[in-house]
Amino acid sequence: MRRFRAAASVGAATLSLALTATACGGGSTTGGGGSNDSPKTLTYWASNQGPNLEADKKILKPELAKFEKQTGIKVKLEVIPWSELLTKILTATTSGQGPDVLNIGNTWSASLQASGALLPWDEKNFAKIGGKDRFVESALGSAGAADKDPAAVPLYSMAYALYYNKKMFKEAGIDKPPATWDELVADGKKISKGGKWALGAEGSNLSNNIHQVFALGKQHGADFFTEDGKADFTSDGAVAAVKQYVDMMAKDKIVAPGNAEYAQNQSLSDFAKDKTAMVLWQAAATTFKSQGMSEDEWGVAPVPVGSGAPGQGKATNSMVAGINMAVFKNTKNIDGSLKFVKFMTSDAEQKILCKSYGSVPPVKAAQEDAAFDRPELKVLRDTLAKSAAPLPQVANESQFETAVGTAVKNLFAKAADGGEVTTTSVKAELVKAQQQMSQQ
Amino acid sequence: MVQDAKEPSVTAPETERGPRRRRPGRLRRISLPYLLLLPALLLEILVHLLPIVIGGVMSFKELTQFFIRDWGAAPWSGLDNYEIAVDFDAPVGEALLHSFFVTCAFTLLSVGLCWLIGTAAAIYLQETFKGRGILRALFLVPYALPVYAAVITWGFMFQRDNGLINHVLHDQLGLTDSAPFWLIGDNSFVALLTVSVWKGWPFAFLIMMAGLQNIPREMYEAAALDGAGMWQQIRRITLPSLRPVNQVLVLVLFLWTFNDFNTPFVLFGRSAPEAADLISIHIYQSSFATWNFGTGSAMSVLLLLFLLAVTGVYLWVTSRERKSVHV
Repeated sequence: MRRFRAAASVGAATLSLALTATACGGGSTTGGGGSNDSPKTLTYWASNQGPNLEADKKILKPELAKFEKQTGIKVKLEVIPWSELLTKILTATTSGQGPDVLNIGNTWSASLQASGALLPWDEKNFAKIGGKDRFVESALGSAGAADKDPAAVPLYSMAYALYYNKKMFKEAGIDKPPATWDELVADGKKISKGGKWALGAEGSNLSNNIHQVFALGKQHGADFFTEDGKADFTSDGAVAAVKQYVDMMAKDKIVAPGNAEYAQNQSLSDFAKDKTAMVLWQAAATTFKSQGMSEDEWGVAPVPVGSGAPGQGKATNSMVAGINMAVFKNTKNIDGSLKFVKFMTSDAEQKILCKSYGSVPPVKAAQEDAAFDRPELKVLRDTLAKSAAPLPQVANESQFETAVGTAVKNLFAKAADGGEVTTTSVKAELVKAQQQMSQQ
Repeated sequence: MVQDAKEPSVTAPETERGPRRRRPGRLRRISLPYLLLLPALLLEILVHLLPIVIGGVMSFKELTQFFIRDWGAAPWSGLDNYEIAVDFDAPVGEALLHSFFVTCAFTLLSVGLCWLIGTAAAIYLQETFKGRGILRALFLVPYALPVYAAVITWGFMFQRDNGLINHVLHDQLGLTDSAPFWLIGDNSFVALLTVSVWKGWPFAFLIMMAGLQNIPREMYEAAALDGAGMWQQIRRITLPSLRPVNQVLVLVLFLWTFNDFNTPFVLFGRSAPEAADLISIHIYQSSFATWNFGTGSAMSVLLLLFLLAVTGVYLWVTSRERKSVHV
């Protein structure tokens, strides 16, 4: 009998274990466009912007206290690591149990917009935070699909720039940062010897891979999506862009093979340790500082383009990077949420927050502050204004990040192992990615 | 689970006495165990059965980002999701099949090694010697550590350039020509297996140790008197006596390993290398990273059916074995 019971309980355990596999998501939500049932509190999910979660809390808490003093609304803060943010938002969307206000990566705007979980920012809502005109145009371009009301409001803007390690440049006898890719590779070959490498990459970070190949894609005349929003990963331009990026490790040998497994910003610590001379990054100043690097040890230049002069179209050298602020449609404190967004995007708060995070304010008036005239921020600001393009604002942008980001990751893994990366092998990976998209 | 409900029959001898003395209490006595089981049953339905049914329904829907907020409104897609999942000539099905085979190989190796190491350690620690308590406690450390922290530490150790593993294998012992990658490429399978076995064997050890306590010492003494050596004692007494414990242990290890999500997710992030693409993470990626919960649910249902089938056959075979032993 004892054995029978054991078998029975194992049977039950089996079932429940097997079930956990299927327990992904579930539950529907009530519709609604927000209420004011709970006017005294707000929950805010902030994305991790600083070197760690604690740093974010330290920066945000005094500001939230200020908001509470002004309005009497208490804001419950939760800082969420990047690796978990999208999953948490999705879970909140399906269950209807989410925060009132949240930060989203601006590349997800159109995808999240399609879910209908976020409050649309029509004229009326924009009027409550001072109007659309207060924001930089390129930042607004990354807040949702072009033909719809934005799903979010720009909060912090960033762009990619080329950060270079002055000491390592000097040792290699290079006196100015490269402006074209040819110069970068030529400089890179001078630097890459004796355990030192020219350029850092985060080969296992899918989003970073996408950011890099998107800008390169623009330079090769490819957009990764057709005008009607269909995946177009296998055009000659797209293949050339991906190949050019991976070739920096595979053919040019200016990226350390070890970078293929990087996904936790290890390339930044290599940079701070004088092991890597350049990184393509967005607003890296605070991280360098936290790694013990002083500001005069590194320099900033625009990301190279073929012609050497960044601009529009084939001279695009960055995505419009940044964080947007969104309101969950089913918030129980809609007025408070709008007040909070107004507070966070006010000229004064924009100056304080962007200064702390080393980002560029997407609010025009705040950008004028002298604090944003630092050489680094000047480059980022110029890039945003003149030569950056938002990632395709299509509903399946998030799938694109996963599919093409993984393709680039696989190609880096192959290159790191000494394998050859050819136009054919790049195309094969991208075909696979595109087929996955169309099948889904 | 039906078997579970029969559990009260264990108390049958007591109820036999009941009716003679107090007839009116009979109904209450019989129904009491069921009443006591009711909360558990309700929870079981809420926590397990309901999600399964919902998952099942989702698998017949076209559940993309356009409908995740109100999935009830998503259009029905018939068997489309299943067709996509099992179309092994197209990329989605091909990748699913690949990850299924990877998971099978991984599970066989991991469970085998966990069982072997756990059993060996349990038998070894049966003998009393100085320091046995400390060793026992030490062996259980991997089981007691929070999975996330432990696996992240392994992730650091497996890093190619700064990790401890390559430092020892390559720099100190010179066993490899060049520092290999562990977290990308084919070696990732070995890395995953290592962490899985490290994490899993203490459980086998714990269960085996408990099982060993139940074997009467006299049997060994008698066998020793008859001239049986250590190996013979293990083969003829220890292993046969442990059989019921083993049957449960292997099944539980199999299910845990086959469904393991934490280890690969913490080790590799949301997109695992092809060589270590376990099915649970693959389904996660199909659902959460590509935002197609319909296909993901269909894959989950297929996985559930597979695990139920394996478990059913396993229980059937092992119960037959038991019967034949008794006859």
